[in-house]
Amino acid sequence: MLEVRDLHAFYGKSHILQGVDFRVGKGEIVSLLGRNGVGRSTTIKAIMGDVERRGSIQFKGREIGGLKPHQVAHCGLGYVPENRDIFPGLTVRENLILGMKSNQPGGRWSMEDMFTLFPRLRERADTAGGVLSGGEQQMLTICRTLMGDPDLVMIDEPTEGLAPKIVELVAGLFKEIRNRGVSILLVEQKLAIALDISERLYVMGHGRIVFEGAPRDVRENAAMRKEWLEV
Amino acid sequence: MLELVVFSSLNGVLYGMLLFLLASGLTLIFSMMGVLNFAHASFYMLGAYFGFQISRYIGFWPGLVVAPLLVGVIGALVERYGLRTVHKHGHVAELLFTFGLAFIVEELVQMVWGKIPVDYRIPGALNFSAFTLFDTTFPAYRMFMLLMSIGIFLGLLVLLTRTRVGLIIQAALTHPNIVGTLGHNVPLVFMMVFGVGCGLAALAGVIAGPALVTQPAMAASLGPILFVVVVVGGLGSLSGAFVASLLIGLIQTFAVALNISLADVMAHLGVTLTRESFGGDLWMATVAQVAPIIPYLLLVLVLIFRPHGLMGNRDT
Repeated sequence: MLEVRDLHAFYGKSHILQGVDFRVGKGEIVSLLGRNGVGRSTTIKAIMGDVERRGSIQFKGREIGGLKPHQVAHCGLGYVPENRDIFPGLTVRENLILGMKSNQPGGRWSMEDMFTLFPRLRERADTAGGVLSGGEQQMLTICRTLMGDPDLVMIDEPTEGLAPKIVELVAGLFKEIRNRGVSILLVEQKLAIALDISERLYVMGHGRIVFEGAPRDVRENAAMRKEWLEV
Repeated sequence: MLELVVFSSLNGVLYGMLLFLLASGLTLIFSMMGVLNFAHASFYMLGAYFGFQISRYIGFWPGLVVAPLLVGVIGALVERYGLRTVHKHGHVAELLFTFGLAFIVEELVQMVWGKIPVDYRIPGALNFSAFTLFDTTFPAYRMFMLLMSIGIFLGLLVLLTRTRVGLIIQAALTHPNIVGTLGHNVPLVFMMVFGVGCGLAALAGVIAGPALVTQPAMAASLGPILFVVVVVGGLGSLSGAFVASLLIGLIQTFAVALNISLADVMAHLGVTLTRESFGGDLWMATVAQVAPIIPYLLLVLVLIFRPHGLMGNRDT
């Protein structure tokens, strides 16, 4: 579904990604692991067209490497930014409305679905996004992107700083997303969650992919974990 | 006294609402693109001149519609083919670009219409007095200006808070990148906001042109006041711009009507000051005489004591 080949990305003069290759299949949950600063978030942003990039990005058989972010989104790629970047001045409902694209036909998700999955959001539908708690904001960010009915959703650090109960809720949502036939590319710091829900994992180091495997391969390969993941 | 209060209030609100027509666009453009558009008042002037030119051929009313549309399109083109290219080189380049644009527009206007004011007249249908209060009349045209600007204000409010495009604009004020990744064409939104902002400035020009003076210096004389409004209200804050517009409008109209000097105030306290006292004319200057500098005084004080303005959330 998504096939990335020899992806390079730049912030000004610094060369952040130096030839990244990976793929995500239909209905698959794939995790991108690695320490801070190895280029996981940049990889997602580069696919979205949010940073300067070079290389091939094929999505549903179409080359999207030259498209602008809004065009990439219209191809069916969803992006959930880190830092829970909700629109603070708008209400929960308005945030969700903005997740939908112009002239979008009904898709997999309705606002009612979101409210059923997260009753807290229904209770706070007319509250400004800026006053929600961290966990509520995270749910809102994910739901906002889902409202755009993506076929693949890229989620950046969704569980960072969340209470364990909320983390469980978010992990449950990922399974629901997959059940509706949506692929997930997950950037996750918590190894336990990534191993629990992913079908395949990639480990990044120094702007490249340094390891690829199933959760079992990661569990069994202590040397790799020590070199590329553990702090 | 009551007469003074009523008329100064009406004129102050009117002037403030006109300022808001300009300041609203300026502050939205600043929030979204981070660029302070020095040429904003030039679009106001273009509006007045276009309105004047159209009024000579087919009358005032068509000009009221056509001139802002034309200027809006010019604004959109300036954003698309000028600012967007210059943007890659940073905010200083953008600032200088708009600065140069303001001078170009002024020179062009002088070449086409000359240096002296043009004879832009109030439409005949509105050339009567709306009401008379204590022997003072209030022109119907001023009433029209007031209602028109309030109407535009309400329209803008509905557009921004009740429509999908308005929500996209609000969101793009703080998070343009995220709005783009959700599938909204942010560059197009920028171009539209720039165009509509310029169109609103032009509309203010069309309706203010006949009542004030339509001349090549009108942009340069209004521009600085606009920046006062936007800074005092808080850069990027629409509600702040609204409050500051009214505040500056009222302060300026009331100040012009007050003939009190520092010497008068001191006289009440038993101190007699004359032109010969130390400080000389400073004591004798009436509030009316210093009215033009009051907004700038406010600007300086706000920058020192409240750098993010009345309602802004970022430093100037």
